[in-house]
Amino acid sequence: MKTMKNLPASYQRYQRQTLLPGFGDAGQFKLLAGSVLVIGAGGLGCPVLQYLAAAGVGTIGIVDHDVVSLSNLHRQVLYGMDDIGNPKAPIAANRLRAINPELNFHVYQEYMTPLNIIHIIKDYDVIVDGTDNFTTRYLINDACVLLSKPLVFGAISRFEGQVAVFNVPSGKEGHCIHYRDLFPHPPQDGEVTNCAESGVLGVLPGIIGAWMANEVIKLLAGLGKTLSGSLLTYNALTNDTMQWQLQKREDSDALVPPTVAALHKKDYAWECGVPSTDLEIDSASFEEMLKEKNVALIDVRELHETPLLKRWEHMQIPLSELMESQREFIAENIVFICQSGKRSITAANWAKQKYKDKKFYSVKGGVEGLKA
Amino acid sequence: MEILFFGQLADMVGKPSWQTDTVQDTDALKARLEATFKGLQQVKYMIAVNKKMVQTNTTLSCTDSIALMPPFSGG
Repeated sequence: MKTMKNLPASYQRYQRQTLLPGFGDAGQFKLLAGSVLVIGAGGLGCPVLQYLAAAGVGTIGIVDHDVVSLSNLHRQVLYGMDDIGNPKAPIAANRLRAINPELNFHVYQEYMTPLNIIHIIKDYDVIVDGTDNFTTRYLINDACVLLSKPLVFGAISRFEGQVAVFNVPSGKEGHCIHYRDLFPHPPQDGEVTNCAESGVLGVLPGIIGAWMANEVIKLLAGLGKTLSGSLLTYNALTNDTMQWQLQKREDSDALVPPTVAALHKKDYAWECGVPSTDLEIDSASFEEMLKEKNVALIDVRELHETPLLKRWEHMQIPLSELMESQREFIAENIVFICQSGKRSITAANWAKQKYKDKKFYSVKGGVEGLKA
Repeated sequence: MEILFFGQLADMVGKPSWQTDTVQDTDALKARLEATFKGLQQVKYMIAVNKKMVQTNTTLSCTDSIALMPPFSGG
């Protein structure tokens, strides 16, 4: 019989979990035979990867195109000061190899696109979404629906987090619920702020990521009850957790491209309304422009956001307020600014449609870009 | 009845929860919410009644707990 005792090093390594009723050697062999692809090696990806490697998931894929920056370190716990400026995926793989050299690691230092996603995810048992934008989240969802891949989903916003397991049959009818059952269409770009814009408590992705890793382990080892068919939410400020029962929508499956060829052709950035950037100006043109007459600067951040714009005369109109109100602009040229340049480009594209007789601009990189 | 707001929706309406007179169903509730908090017209959210997501118009009673959940993008 195949037992862990025939593998002395592994026996010791996993002994505390093989002791568990319902897990045992059989559960460990399932993990070792399993393969998981973690997309995004950031705030969520780091804890997911650490726990999956420690638990002995045999094959782990890591997808991330980004490099480590200082502002990552408060939550992306696989990285250190020496890693700043270097690519995340291979560094993460090296750290995980140091934790558990028995495993196979595959590094994909690239963006997920409609063209490469199927090829990358097709051989993995479970896919983990730890990305930070809707364009990629909807792409991953659709690709996993197409290939019937279990998808462990996690997402955060400031002090709150969401966890779910998609594409695993749930309930009496055995429906496979996925992200488009919750939110059939992606929010438009700028409608929901990201961590760079709205902030995130460093420990929060640690908590949510550990929750995601737990779901992966249960899926692979066939343990307990997973979150399929439900959404778990957590609030770090109040410790409130809620488990929401999800429902299958009639139209959700029809929103997913029906074939791989159709997925290849789908423009996810367009679906997410990622705006055209031809209204963007860089910081040098911004300074020049403000010297001219007939130019108004509008800060579209929420009123409490800092740093304040002390150097330039400006108005404060948060994006949500701007888009609701009817107002007249006196100046001919209106420059929008926000924290990172995301909301301001949304404002500029929106205003361009609405007020045809004025010129609108957005400061690329926002207030953060001006500091440098 | 009490309505709970999650994520950015709480910022948008300026509070984590809101008390309002009982409304007949979720469509009427949506209309009242979007008339009171105009920002909600612009964003996507899902409505849950007693922790169960609803997609079609659903009759409400004063004891129901209602929550509005937006999508989160952060990772």
